[in-house]
Amino acid sequence: MELFTNQVLAGIATGAIYACMALAVVMIYQAIDHLNFAQGEMAMFSTFISWQLMQWGVSYWAAFLITLAFSFVAGIAIERILFKPLAKAPVLTNVAGFIALFAIINSSAGLIWDFTIKQYPTPFGSAPFLGSQLISTHQAGMIGVTVLLLLGLYFFFQYTRIGLAMRAAASVPESARLVGINTSWMIALGWGMATAIGSIAGMLIAPVVFLEPNMMGGVLIYGFAAAVLGGLSSPFGAVVGGFLVGIFENLAGTYIPGVGNELKLPIALALIISVLVVKPAGLFGRHIVKRV
Amino acid sequence: MTTLLNVKDLRAYYGQVQALHGLSFSLNEGSLTTLLGANGAGKTTTLRAICNMVRSTGAIEFDGKPLNNRSTENIVRFGIAHVPQGRGTFTTMTVEENLQLGAITRKDGAGIVSDIERMYAHFPVLKQRHTQQAGTLSGGEQQMLAVARALMLRPRLMLLDEPSFGLAPLVVRDLFGILGKINREDKVSILVVEQNAQLALELADQAYVIETGRIVMSGKAKDIANNEEIRKSYLGY
Repeated sequence: MELFTNQVLAGIATGAIYACMALAVVMIYQAIDHLNFAQGEMAMFSTFISWQLMQWGVSYWAAFLITLAFSFVAGIAIERILFKPLAKAPVLTNVAGFIALFAIINSSAGLIWDFTIKQYPTPFGSAPFLGSQLISTHQAGMIGVTVLLLLGLYFFFQYTRIGLAMRAAASVPESARLVGINTSWMIALGWGMATAIGSIAGMLIAPVVFLEPNMMGGVLIYGFAAAVLGGLSSPFGAVVGGFLVGIFENLAGTYIPGVGNELKLPIALALIISVLVVKPAGLFGRHIVKRV
Repeated sequence: MTTLLNVKDLRAYYGQVQALHGLSFSLNEGSLTTLLGANGAGKTTTLRAICNMVRSTGAIEFDGKPLNNRSTENIVRFGIAHVPQGRGTFTTMTVEENLQLGAITRKDGAGIVSDIERMYAHFPVLKQRHTQQAGTLSGGEQQMLAVARALMLRPRLMLLDEPSFGLAPLVVRDLFGILGKINREDKVSILVVEQNAQLALELADQAYVIETGRIVMSGKAKDIANNEEIRKSYLGY
């Protein structure tokens, strides 16, 4: 029983990271109708920035905040430079854009910081949390930061005018323009926020997976699985999906014979396919009906 | 009476296809003007051109200032509220959020709160449903919401695209009654596009008839309604 509880709690901790990645993916998907394959690499690059700052002697939380700001601005810049011009381009053109972005960021990180694996610090320590062997302080910290982030985002989108405008621009762009919302900038803002959320996920998971240019590959696939499971049209679903995928991953690795650590990733892919076959809209997504 | 909206030689295009062929008309401050015409005559395109939602040439002046080459969201800031065809409801949001979105360009928080109350007084059904998702409202209620959302801008000019579309006759009467009241009491100038010519002519003071992208007739709504020849050849009743 203790093993079970332990695995569930550890699953919630990594699930928090998947939830952040899924949320970032869904935010951009809502704004431009495309999946950002480079979301993980953007998060990885941000994490390297924070690491570099700490190497230069900046304290953890200062580096954390500077990285958030950097990621926000970088996300907006990527949208303005690369994806705004592609707004009316066909799907495949956008996919090519995302793959290019993936390759550019991945290689640049390798060029600047090389591909060796680096230690990444945790501000929470890794002692047992509250004296319990079930969960470490870092895992508790991951859950705590994510919950704070989600609450903050909830209040932002529900109770601020700019949040309302962003939701309106994503749901009915034409009507949004007709009430005077600059939908183009709302999309850029969505990119900035998604990139910042991704950077939080990167900085929280780095002490676990270690810092290197390919660190987010697996994490992003789990993030996609979470987004698909919860429904690409539902930010709430993406978050729930993230936690479910985290728990599912750990339990499958522990209890299904032969899965172990090595086969965890195919489980995520199998999950994506199963959801797409059985319930394409996801658990909380809406069916998109198009008039033809 | 001063001219509020002046449109000269308006030509609009969807890709290679020209939809308006040099259309000119004007609208006086405080008036309720209607654009009539059959399906495909260019009524909706005219409204869309005013808000720069379709490629067009020609001069569009609002209160003496040119609107050409301004983005849709900037034109709203002149005080032009457009209720598009199909109502443009934010269906996944609540009724109250829809009203707040109508006022998203305004900065006066207290004024917005009191205007929402004013809208609930105009349209009591919206107050009953204010926490409900707007997509769950009936067609008539959604049209009321669309008009209320437009009024939240405190517009000087309201553009309405076929407000009667898909509504029961009684609901249409109701709605047109409210539009008349808004025009008289709140001093909002209204440009309404309609296929239901009979009703629109009862409501409006000024009328234009469009056929294949050109104005073919204009005058006082009363005169056009009383002219049997025009009615038969252009308005079909």
